[in-house]
Amino acid sequence: MKTLIEHLRVLNYTLRRLLLTPNATLLNILIIGIALSLPVGGYVLLKSVQSLGSQIAGTPQISVFLTIGTGTGDIERIGDKLKQHTAIKRIEFVSREVALKKLQQSTGMAEVIGGLSQNPLPDAFIVYPKEGNLKAMEALRDELNTWQHFEHVQLDSAWVHKLEALLDFGRTAVAILAALLSFALIAITFNTIRLQILTRREEIEVAKLIGATDAFIRRPFLYFGLTQGLLGGIAAWLLVAISLQLLNHQVGTLTQLYASNFSLQHLSFGDSLTLMGFAAYLGWLGAWFSVSQHLWQIEPR
Amino acid sequence: MIKFNQVYKRYPGGHEALKNLNFDIAEGEMVYLTGHSGAGKSTLLKLVAAIERPSSGGVLVKGQNIRSIKPAAIPALRRNIGLIFQDHKLLFDRNAFDNVMLPLQICGFDHREAGKRVRAALDKVGLLDREKAHPVALSGGEQQRLCIARAIVNRPTILLADEPTGNLDTEYSTEIMNIFKSFHQVGVTLLISTHDESILRQFPARALHLKKGELQG
Repeated sequence: MKTLIEHLRVLNYTLRRLLLTPNATLLNILIIGIALSLPVGGYVLLKSVQSLGSQIAGTPQISVFLTIGTGTGDIERIGDKLKQHTAIKRIEFVSREVALKKLQQSTGMAEVIGGLSQNPLPDAFIVYPKEGNLKAMEALRDELNTWQHFEHVQLDSAWVHKLEALLDFGRTAVAILAALLSFALIAITFNTIRLQILTRREEIEVAKLIGATDAFIRRPFLYFGLTQGLLGGIAAWLLVAISLQLLNHQVGTLTQLYASNFSLQHLSFGDSLTLMGFAAYLGWLGAWFSVSQHLWQIEPR
Repeated sequence: MIKFNQVYKRYPGGHEALKNLNFDIAEGEMVYLTGHSGAGKSTLLKLVAAIERPSSGGVLVKGQNIRSIKPAAIPALRRNIGLIFQDHKLLFDRNAFDNVMLPLQICGFDHREAGKRVRAALDKVGLLDREKAHPVALSGGEQQRLCIARAIVNRPTILLADEPTGNLDTEYSTEIMNIFKSFHQVGVTLLISTHDESILRQFPARALHLKKGELQG
């Protein structure tokens, strides 16, 4: 209870200190917020693009289009052969009639198809391979290409793999950015606390003379770093939220043209908490470095 | 309470501030420390408060050896010692009340209880009506009394005063010495450094006389 009261007292004191110099405080929080919002923004964009990728691609599959005019008997034999193939998990047959109906239902195609005198679509198999990686799928595609009655074999999800590689690149870039800017945050706090220690030198000396422990002297500085980091984290969250709001407005017009309901999602609740916790921790860390670097130099004489 | 045994203090560069000091101060005793400036009075007080450590010999304060005391044990020791400085060392960013509150905050006192104690200490030195005043607005004598209030608010068993009447005229000096006398009467151990002969005549007590770092007589 005693320690709780003491911590509340220091917290209250810290907030009053922050309000004492509102301009400097606001500037510091904004700098931290901007520094953090860059990697956070990158993370949010990556996450949205990734979800778009998996939304469209689903599970990896290979489409096999048969030569037009292949007989029912041949189709059955081919189906059995595919089922027995060791690299294939399952298959799905899409007859040309079904394919046409599906196409009619999709956007803006009904009129075009209505004008056709005969069904131009071939029968097709959708093959789900056991192995989802690009190499195995390419090998399977090449093998199927040699089979009879197969007009065209298409790897539907190749672009997903390319996207995946691109996303990996993006993730690495964001990680590097996050690491660098985390150091920046620590450095900002380090310097702020250093200045505070210098200006409060006298107070620290007196406190030591009348029996203050190191923990007592350190505490307000650590709280200051922690609070400033936390406020910076909240600023970053708000900056990203505002940016997404603006971007989503643009994305909305764009996706309407493609009949998609894609939009950029802000951080999840858990991710938001992680961001703020991490920002607070970095602030605390910067303050801790600064305090352990400078406080021992102040000894009463 | 305070025991010096063959204490030497040398500063880097070879200056010997204290030489072979041997004395005892009993619990509840009031002792003067006299001598010219530069005789080593301040250094001696600093040894008792563990602000400096002896170069050799033993300084025992409440049974603790200052020469070998661990840094982590120093705060607890200092909470038992009230320090009164010639230059007051008041904090100018807060009012009288908050200056006296500082030692209690450091000890983690309950806020309401602490407030009562602060007022009691201010009352003791006659500054109760000035609790909202900032140190800048106080006279030299008032600042010294505020410094005393801060030193005693924690009810220490030892009071160390370095030239407490140094810059004050006789009337203020007598006032402050009367405050010290009242602490002596309730059993506080006092060590007061001074070069003011009139005080010694007015409030007689044992005196340790330092000359060039050595005890005389």
